[in-house]
Amino acid sequence: MGLFDNIFRPSPNKSSAALAKERLQIIVAHERGSRRGSPDYLPALKKELLEVVRKYVPVDQSQIKVHLDREGGYEVLELNITLPDEEPQSRRGLEIPRNTGQG
Amino acid sequence: MATVIVVTSGKGGVGKTTTSASFATGLAQRGYRTVVIDFDVGLRNLDLIMGCERRVVYDFINIINGEANLNQALIRDKRVENLHILPASQTRDKEALTKEGVERVLNELRQNFEYIVCDSPAGIERGALMALYFADEALVVTNPEVSSVRDSDRILGILASRSRRAEQGEAPVKEHLVLARYAPERADRGDMLSVEDVLEILGIPLLGVIPESPTVLQSSNAGVPVVLEDGSDAGAAYGDLVDRFLGKNLPHRFITTQKKGFLKRLFGGG
Ligand SMILES: Nc1ncnc2c1ncn2[C@@H]1O[C@H](COP(=O)(O)OP(=O)(O)O)[C@@H](O)[C@H]1O
Ligand SMILES: [Mg+2]
Repeated sequence: MGLFDNIFRPSPNKSSAALAKERLQIIVAHERGSRRGSPDYLPALKKELLEVVRKYVPVDQSQIKVHLDREGGYEVLELNITLPDEEPQSRRGLEIPRNTGQG
Repeated sequence: MATVIVVTSGKGGVGKTTTSASFATGLAQRGYRTVVIDFDVGLRNLDLIMGCERRVVYDFINIINGEANLNQALIRDKRVENLHILPASQTRDKEALTKEGVERVLNELRQNFEYIVCDSPAGIERGALMALYFADEALVVTNPEVSSVRDSDRILGILASRSRRAEQGEAPVKEHLVLARYAPERADRGDMLSVEDVLEILGIPLLGVIPESPTVLQSSNAGVPVVLEDGSDAGAAYGDLVDRFLGKNLPHRFITTQKKGFLKRLFGGG
C-alpha cells in the first residue's frame, strides 16, 4: 500500500458506481436484443423445427430463418428454410398466421 | 379527452405509490379533475398514503363485478378539490382484474376526469400488466440501483410491446423517467449511480429526480402526500415534476450536493 496505489488506483467508491453502470449496460443491451420483436419461445421453436427438417433434408442453422411480424390483430410467424442445392436454390416459405384474439 | 397515466417500475418498494399519491395530488391542486386508482389487488396501500383508509367502503373490483357503482366507491379527497381515490380490493383474488372490466371502469372515469393515474403493483404479473395496458403515458419510477434500473428497462420493453397502444399499432406510450430516492452526495462520491448514468442506460426523458428524504416517511406516517408538505425537498421535487409534466420548463433541483451554509446548517432546511 504505497503512495502510488493511492494516486493511481481509482477510489473504491468511484469504481462502485462505474462498475454498476458497466454491468447494467451489458445486461440491458443483452436483454433488449433478445426481446426485440421476438417472444421467448422463438429460439426453442427454431431449434426444434431445424431438428424436424433435418430428418428429411440436410440443412444447417443458418439456412432456417424464423421471423415474427405484427399486422393489425394478427401476428404472422414467417418461416423460411433454404433447401440445399440438388433442386437448384429453392427457397420455400411457410406462413402460419396466428390469431392473437383482438382481430 | 382524459389521459391515462401508469406509475410503474417492475421492482417493488421504489416509490410508485408515493409518486402516484403526490403526482395525482399535484395535478388536482393545479385544477385538473384527477382520479388515482390503486391496482395493487390484495395489498391496498394507496389509501393509507392518501390518508383515507377509514373511508373505504367499496373498491375497484366491486365496481368491475357490478357490486357497486363508481359514485359509491370513489373517495373524494378531503384536502384537495378535484381529487378522487379508487382503492384496491384487499381480499379478492387477482383474476377479477379482467381487461374488459378494467376497460369498462376506465371508460366511465374518462367521462368525469381529465387525468387517470394508475398506481401499479410490483412485478410483471396480471396486476402490473392491467395497470399499464390502457396507459397513454407512463411514469417509470427507478431508484439509482442496479436491480431497479434493470427492471425499469424490462418494463419499458413491456410498455412497447404489450400495452394497448402497442397492440393496436397506435402511437407508443409516452415514457417519463422518475428517479426516486436519489442521494446526490452518494452519487458524487461514486458509490451510487448518477442521474446521467441512469439516463444513459434507460434512454428516456427525465421528468423528475426525487431526493431521498426522511419527510417521505413522516408524511406517509401522517397519511399526507409529501407534495403537500411545505418546505420539504421531496415535496418540492414532486411539485416541479407535476409542473414539468404539464409543460413547464423547469431546471432539475436536488441533483447536486448542496453546500449547506452556516444558517441553513443551523436551522435545518431539509
Ligand atoms: N424519496 C424517498 N425518500 C425516502 N423514502 C422514500 C422515498 N420514496 C419512497 N420512499 C419509501 O420507500 C418505501 C416504498 O415506497 P412506495 O411508494 O410504497 O413504493 P412502491 O409503491 O414502489 O412499492 C416506503 O417506505 C416509502 O416511504
Ligand atoms: Mg405500491
